[in-house]
Amino acid sequence: MTRLGAAFDALRARRMRALIPYFTGGDPSLADTRRLIVEAARRGADIVEIGVPFSDPLADGPVIQRAAQRALAAGVTLPRVLELVRDLRSELAIPLVFLTYYNPVLAFGLKAFARSAVDAGLDGVIVADLPPEEAGPLADETTAAGLDLIHLVAPTSTPARMRRIAQRSRGFVYVVSLTGVTGVRDALPPDLLTQLRALRLITTRPICVGFGISAPEHVRAVAPYADGVIVGSAVVRLIEQHAGTSGLVGEVGRFIASMKAPLQHPINGARIE
Amino acid sequence: MTRLPDAGGHFGRYGGRFVPETLMSPLIELERAYAAAKRDPRFHARLATLSRDYAGRPTPLYEAARLTEHCGGARIYLKREDLCHTGAHKINNVLGQGLLAQRMKRRRIIAETGAGQHGVATATVAALLGLDCDVYMGTEDIERQSLNVFRMRLLGAKVIPVESGSRTLKDAVNEALRDWVTNVRTTYYLLGSALGPHPYPMMVRDFHSVIGREVKRQFRAATGRLPDCLLACVGGGSNAIGLFHPFVGDGGVRIIGVEAGGHGIASGRHGASLSAGRVGVLHGSMSYLLQNDDGQIATAHSISAGLDYPGVGPELAYYKDTGRFEFVSITDEEALAAFESLARLEGIMPALESAHAVAHAMKLAKGLPRRRSIVVGLSGRGDKDVQLVSGALGA
Repeated sequence: MTRLGAAFDALRARRMRALIPYFTGGDPSLADTRRLIVEAARRGADIVEIGVPFSDPLADGPVIQRAAQRALAAGVTLPRVLELVRDLRSELAIPLVFLTYYNPVLAFGLKAFARSAVDAGLDGVIVADLPPEEAGPLADETTAAGLDLIHLVAPTSTPARMRRIAQRSRGFVYVVSLTGVTGVRDALPPDLLTQLRALRLITTRPICVGFGISAPEHVRAVAPYADGVIVGSAVVRLIEQHAGTSGLVGEVGRFIASMKAPLQHPINGARIE
Repeated sequence: MTRLPDAGGHFGRYGGRFVPETLMSPLIELERAYAAAKRDPRFHARLATLSRDYAGRPTPLYEAARLTEHCGGARIYLKREDLCHTGAHKINNVLGQGLLAQRMKRRRIIAETGAGQHGVATATVAALLGLDCDVYMGTEDIERQSLNVFRMRLLGAKVIPVESGSRTLKDAVNEALRDWVTNVRTTYYLLGSALGPHPYPMMVRDFHSVIGREVKRQFRAATGRLPDCLLACVGGGSNAIGLFHPFVGDGGVRIIGVEAGGHGIASGRHGASLSAGRVGVLHGSMSYLLQNDDGQIATAHSISAGLDYPGVGPELAYYKDTGRFEFVSITDEEALAAFESLARLEGIMPALESAHAVAHAMKLAKGLPRRRSIVVGLSGRGDKDVQLVSGALGA
């Protein structure tokens, strides 16, 4: 069993949901990312998603685009983000997953990437521009190496696609909550809960929801229908606002604690068994 | 010969659909709508009528006698796509995709543009069909192609400036894709080159293949045979694949794509992804890309905004590997010289993009005997570049 599988089994046994904050690796520096992730774990993050910066992040809105630009300007590369994982692994037991685009992985080499990732202590990888149709070559390598390749479901996915994606996805299924790019939103999309119910009927795999989840009330609304919530742009925006100040780690830590609050107790949700 | 692309949109290892999941179902829907349109005689009839009466097809194949004389070698012919309505070959594709958008009942179309030619063509077809139109354009390109920005606005389109990245065509494609991901249920993305995720490379190629089919017919009518060599400039590669594709099976015809050499390949400041790039994935397909060792996309450079792109269409990548197509590059300086030569010798001002193909034709013709023939895809006219060229030539 992978570290992700064990984490969700343990959470489900206690009827708990996972909080999954996202950090762009190296924004504003790799040392800061390291401190932020350690603080996030201390404040209740169950899993951490680490973004590998890419020059052309077409699934990302302005907040994460700017973070990637800052990280690239600071000289961050995929090998250096892997070093960050190795470094964190000596201190943290929670699952760590990458969010990346395909080209940096291709440039690194698929086999080399899967092996180095597992070796560094990474548990899973989400590739934003790699649908299951094109994922065969990478999936062969991640499966061989024991790395979970996590696929995404979108509001536009047909039921047949949702089924195929859920079957192929390892670790969990990433539900994109809205038609759009990543970003901070005021409200959740109205048809999200319908989509989550539909997916629950199709798969028993853990389901985690991301895109636009920016406030504790969003977490509270989604929690009964999912195994985890992913918080990206809201965290990254806070980092942007406090980068270079002594308050950076404390501010981000407090925000993560506020997002964790609705998940501190067991949830009798709309689990469809 | 096997039919390309395959069902997943692959040309050998190239092409495919590397996009966020949100776009997968819409791309499959688009592929089906295009397949249905292809089977519908009314679609073909409407496109043929508009191509003739609105766009001005067929465009002439012109023997450039003074240019030939000047070079002192093979005969040079120009396929006059510059005489198309809106001043470039881009109209072929936008008429086809515009009619498709209408069939799919989309009220809004979006596009990316580099030099502004595709943006102008898209704004034109939007006016013709009564659709809303937003065009993404990098702020660097807005500056160097301001004439086309005015044209788009006069046609009723909104030009949305793109400030991210290199502020050129690459970033305009990113923004257009982000818009499409957000508004995918109501919006048609009218992609302007033979790149992006399947079915775009196939669809754009099909709509531009009229260029090569006409050349075949016209050249045969004039000489009774096929040309010895075809030349076209390559940015994303839409005019090139349109000219080349009907000749792929004609082994006796040499096919050469001309990339943007910028300040020279050795300088690292160029747009020659096929000549100097490595295989990777950008904007939804696998192809040759300008990138660094970490897989970050590099900034292309060309004096011509339409060639200033770090990737290239997947079908051209495929035929590079098979050896069927050759690729060369022409520097900014050589393209400017060719612009001037064609203006002085033939009274034709080519787009700076097309001037790259003219420049290589002039080099190539010199070394060949008069019985040989070269057809150059003159993809657009140079009015949009006059200011830039006069600045560069110090005129």
